[in-house]
Amino acid sequence: MSIDAYPHVSDWLTPNDSHLLIHTGKVDIGQRISTALVRIVQEELALPASQLDVAPVRTGCAPDEGITSGSNSIEQSGSAVAAAAATLRRHLLKAVVDQHGGTLSDWTLEAGYIHRPGTNIRINLISLARDLPPDLPVDPDLARHMPDTPPAPDMRGMADMVTGRFTFLHDIDLPGMWHARRVSPPHARASLQDIDQTVLDRITGDGLHVVRDGSFLAVTGPREWAVVKAATRLGLACTWDTGGGLPETNVFAHLAPENAQRFPVVNGTPQKAPVPEPLDAPDLSGRFERPYQMHGALAPSAALAEWTGERLFVKSHSQGIYPLREAIADSLGLAPEQVEISHIPGSGCYGHNAADDAAYEAALLAMAHPNTPILLKWSREDEHAWEPYAPAMAVQVDAKLANGRIAALSAESYGDTHRGRPRPGPNRAGPAKLLANRFRAEAMAPYISPPNMGNHAGMHRNLDPVYDIPKTRLVKNLVQSLPHRTSAMRCLGAVANIFALESMMDEAARTASADPFAFRRAHLSDQRAIAVLDALEKRLSALPPLTDGMGRGIAYAQYKNAMTRVGLAIDLTVTEKAEVELRRVTLVADAGRVIDPDGLVAQLEGGIMQAASWALYEQLAWDRNGIISCDWDSYPVIRFDNVPDFDITLLNQPDQRSVGAGEASPGPTVAAIANAIFDATGLRLRRMPFTPDAITQAALDL
Amino acid sequence: MNRSLTINGIRHDITSDPDTPLVYVLRDELKLKGTKLGCGLEQCGACAVMVDGKVVLSCVSPVDMFDGKDITTIEGIAATEIGQRVQQAFIDETAAQCGYCTSGLVVAATALLAENPAPDSDATKAALTPHLCRCGSHPRVLNAIKRAIET
Repeated sequence: MSIDAYPHVSDWLTPNDSHLLIHTGKVDIGQRISTALVRIVQEELALPASQLDVAPVRTGCAPDEGITSGSNSIEQSGSAVAAAAATLRRHLLKAVVDQHGGTLSDWTLEAGYIHRPGTNIRINLISLARDLPPDLPVDPDLARHMPDTPPAPDMRGMADMVTGRFTFLHDIDLPGMWHARRVSPPHARASLQDIDQTVLDRITGDGLHVVRDGSFLAVTGPREWAVVKAATRLGLACTWDTGGGLPETNVFAHLAPENAQRFPVVNGTPQKAPVPEPLDAPDLSGRFERPYQMHGALAPSAALAEWTGERLFVKSHSQGIYPLREAIADSLGLAPEQVEISHIPGSGCYGHNAADDAAYEAALLAMAHPNTPILLKWSREDEHAWEPYAPAMAVQVDAKLANGRIAALSAESYGDTHRGRPRPGPNRAGPAKLLANRFRAEAMAPYISPPNMGNHAGMHRNLDPVYDIPKTRLVKNLVQSLPHRTSAMRCLGAVANIFALESMMDEAARTASADPFAFRRAHLSDQRAIAVLDALEKRLSALPPLTDGMGRGIAYAQYKNAMTRVGLAIDLTVTEKAEVELRRVTLVADAGRVIDPDGLVAQLEGGIMQAASWALYEQLAWDRNGIISCDWDSYPVIRFDNVPDFDITLLNQPDQRSVGAGEASPGPTVAAIANAIFDATGLRLRRMPFTPDAITQAALDL
Repeated sequence: MNRSLTINGIRHDITSDPDTPLVYVLRDELKLKGTKLGCGLEQCGACAVMVDGKVVLSCVSPVDMFDGKDITTIEGIAATEIGQRVQQAFIDETAAQCGYCTSGLVVAATALLAENPAPDSDATKAALTPHLCRCGSHPRVLNAIKRAIET
């Protein structure tokens, strides 16, 4: 709980001259957490949005809330800020009663004032809050105040985005600032041998600077285009030792028990115990696969750093400023207090992309040029070729049926780690996970993460089916020493696992000649899950019947079996060229008490679009010479020509806790697309992405 | 060699290296940071500007090609009623998450409506297909353009 570490109201809310400042350690990455926090405080304190602001998220002043990930912002920061605001409300009302009489219920909060109806007494809330004792403890048990008309603040930053005034990290321009570009090795196994001295001389003769530390190489200088050109020239002047090249491992073949550390998973948690025997003679079997995929941020990663000789200031779009500070300080031999990291927005990241790597590299360049702010931007090719990817996964599912029900189910996930974030840990885990430390003269070996044994963590997130099944056998298979660096991407293992489980539910329902809704409901006792499926079925019944050639697939999942419940249906057609055209998405979600309905819908929609892109288009390609997927042509993603119609229904549960929804829709989306393709064509696609080639191959294999 | 560009109605004499892509002139030299750099390969649409009324991706073509042209960036898009209408519709539909694609999309939508006041859904999707959005705000962007058409 965030409140345990930051127990005072003043850790979360502080008044200044004109505003009440909200403090959070969660960063806004387009998921609108800052808008939701403003709204939460407005609900409690009836302050106009113009009197509220969110303090910069900076080490040394923001609460340390770890990483902004796992759809946890609303539960962690949101509940802490809500409890702090409720405590402040109670404290201010008591202060007013002490001073002016009456009882707590005689006073109301409205539009920035505390007012006693029927009198002319109006006390400015922010002025009164300035007398807040700094050690006033947050009371986590106070009832939340709900206004009759909930506030609906505009998304923070939206008005500036449409005019081009919103400042991304990439847009910062300081006096005396230099730009920087890295010169990337041909691939991760290469090392720099030599640089043509005449090219080096020409670049420095042009007033630019080359920074080299082992195989880490970059160009800096005052004008951005000159730096870009010089980095290209310098790249061509390098001689690299490419060693044996990138391993051309057949990754899906390598995702096998003999290469794995294996753990049975019970109630979502891996156990150090023998793996149970496989199911005997299953009725249904399928192996479902997901290739390496990338976060693919629209803006390549960037960072701004300045070294004063004593302190290092870094601006980063990292999701975890405190862990990053530790990792950078440790890498550079500085005390953490010498390093200050401020979060400045980049483009959407969808997990651990190259933000932290870029921050450290900018720091290296800043150390080489004291008192000069250095803005490092990765190129598009850098981002595609060097970000930490979402690991390839395989999920083997076997089921036994009896009496029209699933009697036993085995699900085994295989894959590499999802834990690439530079968190502090044994063996200098933080520095070891920063990319440049593999290339500096004093190189560190790539970090081998221990298995993640947490509940619904890593690859076993949503491996445990949410259904009532008499016998389950679940196994996590961690396979390491694969070709690529991997880390956390939106949903972690839940995408492949839900794809596998919900494809199997579809297949099992068809085998049992059962309706897919009725079949799922027969395996559910959770009334809220059943309500989601009922509502989805009702929405679909209002639609015109599917026309010839169309297919419909449904899927249901509850993220981490504990957060938002999502039922969704995808209607699509498969063209004669075997292209999938998405027609309609119908989604019903239960995210508990809804705080910001429009923000919640936006997260669900965004999850559907990203997952549709994973399902239909995205896969990493490489060979021994390096990454082939190095731009948007060689790594295609979904575009506006394949956007379906959307129908989203929220089942608001005012008495239930709010749970995050940013990762609730992708898993069911992939599964529903696969199920809809089967409905349309009779082809069961088991490896993402479902490209025309894959669909054609599946037809040939029939 | 001096060149002159008219940017958002103001003439600028430019002495940039002739091979400098327009986006670097706008962002790094003229400090108009609203136009975004996303790929440098004309593949993502983040850097879209209007040149003589047409959408142009500014990340590859050198500034030399724009000598004497009339350029509108996101900072000048509100000069027309259509531009204002598109901006307001994006706000009303909250048609962004991270917002990095928004500048390019607002420019593209404004150019689309200036040429065709009532494009159908397919024409709108086709006009936006050069533009990537990775957050999945596509349905909202399409709703925003529909709203801009209808108001």
